[in-house]
Amino acid sequence: MNDMPTLAFDPADSCLNVEQLSVSYDGKAALREVSLTVPRHRVTAFIGPSGCGKSTLLRSFNRMNDLIRGVEVMGQIRLFGEDILAPEVDVTALRRRIGMVFQQPNPFPMSVFDNVAYGLRLQGLSDQRALEREVEWALRSAALWDEVKDRLEASALTLSGGQQQRLVIARAIAIRPEVLLLDEPASALDPISTLKIEELIGQLAEAYSIIVVTHNMQQAARVSDYTAFLYLGELVEFSATDDLFTRPQARQTEDYITGRYG
Amino acid sequence: MREHISGQYDAELDELRAMVTEMGGLVERQLQAVCLGLSTWDADPAEPVAALDKAVNRLEVSIDDACAHIIARRQPTAGDLRLVMSIVKAITDLERIGDETTRIAKMLETLCALPALLDPLPELREMMERVQSMLADALDAFVRVDEERALEVIIRDRAVDRAYKALVTRLLEAMEASPERLRSYHNIIWCARSFERIGDHAKNVCEYIIYLARGKDVRHQGLGSAN
Repeated sequence: MNDMPTLAFDPADSCLNVEQLSVSYDGKAALREVSLTVPRHRVTAFIGPSGCGKSTLLRSFNRMNDLIRGVEVMGQIRLFGEDILAPEVDVTALRRRIGMVFQQPNPFPMSVFDNVAYGLRLQGLSDQRALEREVEWALRSAALWDEVKDRLEASALTLSGGQQQRLVIARAIAIRPEVLLLDEPASALDPISTLKIEELIGQLAEAYSIIVVTHNMQQAARVSDYTAFLYLGELVEFSATDDLFTRPQARQTEDYITGRYG
Repeated sequence: MREHISGQYDAELDELRAMVTEMGGLVERQLQAVCLGLSTWDADPAEPVAALDKAVNRLEVSIDDACAHIIARRQPTAGDLRLVMSIVKAITDLERIGDETTRIAKMLETLCALPALLDPLPELREMMERVQSMLADALDAFVRVDEERALEVIIRDRAVDRAYKALVTRLLEAMEASPERLRSYHNIIWCARSFERIGDHAKNVCEYIIYLARGKDVRHQGLGSAN
């Protein structure tokens, strides 16, 4: 195959650089020598069948895998040039820079306001006016403000699933991370809430570098600028989303995205 | 191509290919009919062309509809997407080939009422042979997704264009020499014009085949880019 599509971003304009990353759980390989460069202020999607390693790769970026017993990590990940796998890295500080949102909305059992203010207070912000300003900003950024501005003191658990997920995103961006990791952010939501989250992802990419893991290929096609296809722990293909979904280079990618995997 | 997890989806794509093959077959028959009529100076062989054209038009509508359904229901990607896109475009060209043959068939009625032209028109014969084989090969390449064959057909269109120019030159001279036959010559130029367009449409179909095979759009770029 000729004219291999190239990634249309300058490697210098990247947020995360992964080099030869291998991760295993109890000796069983989950990722094998994965190297890729994640562009800054773009949406990058990781797709692939269950067990392909996409979630492991995502969780490597904020060291969530550290929590798993028997994990072994080799290789390098740099966040704007800084090695984030080094033992001396302050993982809490790293997770402030790389926020994460999970599949199931997980608001804290407290008010809408306190959910969003939580991280800010942890960071030492106590001035009420400043907190109000920041909470409003985060809720507006997460396209939730208009729906909750009159019920900021209500329990977050009274919100709908889609609203809860946007609340969790507001909570994540309140502390202004550099990278936002989204692990199946819409798979527990109804179609309208899903579209709202997808719309939000596009808006957030103006200020954040976003990585989204999804089982829903059409969602990856809709929301992302770049897509990585992983299979059996290996990175098979990483291209501009438009290229990957119209003329994938690898046979495995073609089979997977056309539904011939199995 | 491996089988799709959804057998129904595979069946729909197969059905789509079958409909295009059927439409191509009808258009081929139209073209053969007018070529035979023109070669024998006889309007009869071209008589079924108009009825065939109605069937071609109906098929175009059905195929378009089937493509829209597949896009809406299956959201095809990659090779499947390129197949649907190529078919949507190819059937427009096939339908236009049908229109051109219908035009030639009508011309043939007028022509055959005039005295037969006895002097040979080798360029016209060449054009008819070439566009028939181009169309046949284009349809074959489509079914097989044979990009080399498609590329070869694209190249062959140049010879059709050359024959057309040569024929026009010859006919202009003939008009000056035998003005009493002006109407016949004039009609033949219109027929030749239609054959030249048919060659272009067959070439277009082949460009879609290359897109289908490689994901590369070679239209409007000259042949260098297709290689």
